[in-house]
Amino acid sequence: MSQWSRICALCDIPPLGARTVKVVGTTIAVFRTADDRIFALRDRCPHKGGPLSQGIVHGEQVTCPLHGWVIGLRDGVAEAPDTGCTGRYDVRVINGDVWLDLTRSVRSTAAAVKSSPPCPTQAAVVSRPPIAEPPLGQFWDTPLVTLRDIK
Amino acid sequence: MQKQRLVVVGNGMAGGRTLEELLKYAPDLYDITVFGAEPLPNYNRILLSPVLSGEQRLSEIILNDLLWYERHGIRLHLNSKVVKLDRTARRVASEDGTVADYDRLLLATGSKPVILPLPGKELEGVITYRDAQDTRRMIEAAARFSHAVVIGGGLLGLEAANGLKARGMKVTVVHLMPWLMERQLDRTAALLLKQSLEARGIRFLLEAKTQAILGDAQGRACAVELADGQQLPAQLVVMAVGIRPNTELAESAHLHCNRGIVVNDTMQTFDPRIYAVGECVSHRGVAYGLVAPLFEMAKVAANHLAQYGIGRYGGSVPSTRLKVTGIDLFSAGDFQGGADAEEIVLSDPGAGVYKKLVIKDDKLVGSVMYGDAADGAWYFKLLRDGTNVAQLRPQLMFGDRNLGNGGHQGRERAASMTDAMEVCGCNGVCKGTIVKAIKEQGLFTLEDVRKYTKASSSCGSCTGLVEQILAITAGGDYSPAPKAKPLCACTEHSHGEVRRTIREQHLLSVDAAMKLMAWRTVNGCAKCRPALNYYVLSTWPREAKDDPQSRFINERAHANIQKNGTYSVVPRMWGGSTSAAELHRIADVVEKYQIPTVKITGGQRIDLLGVRKEDLPGVWRDLDMPSGHAYAKALRTVKTCVGSEWCRFGVQDSTRMGIELEHALWRMYAPHKVKLAVSGCPRNCAEAGIKDVGVIAVDSGWEIYVAGNGGTKTEVAQFFAKVESREEVLEYAGAFLQLYREEGYYLERTVHFVARVGLEYCKAKVVADRVQREALYERLQFAISEEPDPWKERTAGVARHEFESLRVTPEAEGARQ
Repeated sequence: MSQWSRICALCDIPPLGARTVKVVGTTIAVFRTADDRIFALRDRCPHKGGPLSQGIVHGEQVTCPLHGWVIGLRDGVAEAPDTGCTGRYDVRVINGDVWLDLTRSVRSTAAAVKSSPPCPTQAAVVSRPPIAEPPLGQFWDTPLVTLRDIK
Repeated sequence: MQKQRLVVVGNGMAGGRTLEELLKYAPDLYDITVFGAEPLPNYNRILLSPVLSGEQRLSEIILNDLLWYERHGIRLHLNSKVVKLDRTARRVASEDGTVADYDRLLLATGSKPVILPLPGKELEGVITYRDAQDTRRMIEAAARFSHAVVIGGGLLGLEAANGLKARGMKVTVVHLMPWLMERQLDRTAALLLKQSLEARGIRFLLEAKTQAILGDAQGRACAVELADGQQLPAQLVVMAVGIRPNTELAESAHLHCNRGIVVNDTMQTFDPRIYAVGECVSHRGVAYGLVAPLFEMAKVAANHLAQYGIGRYGGSVPSTRLKVTGIDLFSAGDFQGGADAEEIVLSDPGAGVYKKLVIKDDKLVGSVMYGDAADGAWYFKLLRDGTNVAQLRPQLMFGDRNLGNGGHQGRERAASMTDAMEVCGCNGVCKGTIVKAIKEQGLFTLEDVRKYTKASSSCGSCTGLVEQILAITAGGDYSPAPKAKPLCACTEHSHGEVRRTIREQHLLSVDAAMKLMAWRTVNGCAKCRPALNYYVLSTWPREAKDDPQSRFINERAHANIQKNGTYSVVPRMWGGSTSAAELHRIADVVEKYQIPTVKITGGQRIDLLGVRKEDLPGVWRDLDMPSGHAYAKALRTVKTCVGSEWCRFGVQDSTRMGIELEHALWRMYAPHKVKLAVSGCPRNCAEAGIKDVGVIAVDSGWEIYVAGNGGTKTEVAQFFAKVESREEVLEYAGAFLQLYREEGYYLERTVHFVARVGLEYCKAKVVADRVQREALYERLQFAISEEPDPWKERTAGVARHEFESLRVTPEAEGARQ
């Protein structure tokens, strides 16, 4: 199931910059590269939870502002030798609008947290047995359920 | 469930240390009972020698006092020697009838001094040297009698002799062997030692055998008779001929002993419920009488008692230091060598220095040092690790102080550090972690080590130490950092080259600079982009284009990011002065935005911590105060004392001077943060001696100091110029800072800048040359005069997107796919 939502216009995000989307239980960072590609990650560095949205974006990577970990925008994986990975969300640009799928990160994030290094690929994640969903709002990695919960 | 019961027999260093380690691992696992035969709690037996010689007091060498036992809920029976061990009932009983049941038993009964079977050994005044009681008796005897004989010229015997001599006795050491400390020293070193002890007035009789101890009518010793019939007067006879593992209790319980309680590599005895550590133990056929092996054993035993089950003790190479003040002596390993061993010897008897290194198969196997044992720990590490020293050989004899030259004080420490010792305080990296990374990942450069371990990647103050560890661990493979380091991995150009190119080619943007200098990466990285942005802006003020996305978040959000993603706000308070109105507004802001922490900073301002990013523009608007730039690589504070306006010592108005400096220099971005201070008299209450520019008032004017630093590595500022007027202070300080802005490398503090270009260079440009000084000051004013107050700009709506989150509203919702 997908939950696509329009979040802003492309020009609302500065090139080599990021904006945040606050949803229940977490914040999503939406990044824009120099060549206008858009990526979305959970706004938490796998190291100490730093807000990746506040980091410096370069190429397809962002450097966490707290301790300088470099995280890949495409997969949320920390650059070696650091290990760890943050959840990612599907995002696309249609007619100059940025659309975000608020549902997709659930599995990959939870799975990655369970078994960081190395971060499982999307395919590997799908083949995992379903993970019991924690009660809403209690677990820091709460999955997004419906948009009605959003402020 | 009831806790398991652990009983410890023996309250010496081994037992005590094992408990300490155990409590670290598993503080609540056991119900602990300790039996100690001595009346004292756990004390440092090694330091009895300084107590004997009067350099320390007994109370100073207590390791864990009674309170410690109480705090950890440990039942302690002092003066209570355990005499019965019933392994079937799992119960011990002491002389005074105390019994304790155990689930686990730790034997740490230590050793007993050997008592020679001489006629007269039971006379009063004949003692051994082992515990606090013996020490006390020696001290008492020294006060009453004049002559002492020490039998045994080993470590303990010599320490005893030295102590008794220090307490005024006439001391003779009788030693059976041809030279002193024959188990630790070769003949040459022993000779030097003997000479220096003789110079202190101790007499030696070598190759002398004691035949009997003679007593007087009262049953007190009065002389020692040697085999050749010679009689030495002695009212005190100290037997220090060796120690023997104390296995009495273990043997009485039929626990397997063989010159010590036999244990395996986990310190477990033949009874799996019983562990043993310390001098009472025989491990792989060896009984140790020194403290270092005993600590290693304690660690392993604690690990197993805590049920971690991962420690193993593999034996130790003992090393020795003689604890006699003024005598520097170190010995380790096989110092005698043999037919297949090589020796490197440095001998300077005139200066009292002797060093011998024994090398076998390119490895150091033993060393003896006399007179200069500072490198002992380094040699010991090479020896214990079996390091191949072929590469080090030309310098080996001269110690690790001659290896490497990076970094600053403390680098000599690297070798002597244990693996568990912390190297990088910022990132909590221990030496062991660094060594492991170097070995396992095959690292050869400082950069690699930083990347893998994070050591020295924060404040950098441990860089020298890390380089040293790298040099030791990677040996000859270590490649010191090249002279002109590239700015980052995105380019091969150094900071200097980049700065020059930007100036010569008139480059006005980060992109243009990267393009012209053929950057390897598309958008650079978080290291080079802020540097490039600073370089173009500082080189071409009002011309170059600022790129906010190339600034670190603090300079983009104009507040300081905290560990939880909130920000701190520090409004500017000119010269550390404020007013009731400002304080009212600050208080109102704190309440309105529910700011959790308000703190006075070291720079005489007020820090509001824990502000949500979206609240920043509102906070700034309501504060209605200028930005303090506490988040920026820019002028931070001008700290001042009250000066002549109020202070009875003040000779100039330092507050006013500071406020003027701050007004002249604020909004000044720089390669790194810049802090100033102005003191109103040479008492220097504003601490101007550790500031980038420090101004100190004197009767006839102002003294200007530059390149101080109170941070990472404290550096005292250097005298720069003496001027008469306030206008001159502004001009000199401004010109110096403009020079730094134009020629400093990004993230280089003034102290490093001045160290790199030289203080004389700065003086030549600023102090000696009026034309250049005026030009520099003018360029500074040109650069910052149109710099806006970033907070004011943002409350007016600039960069609004920075502070607003995107909202997903139900209206925007749309189901696709």
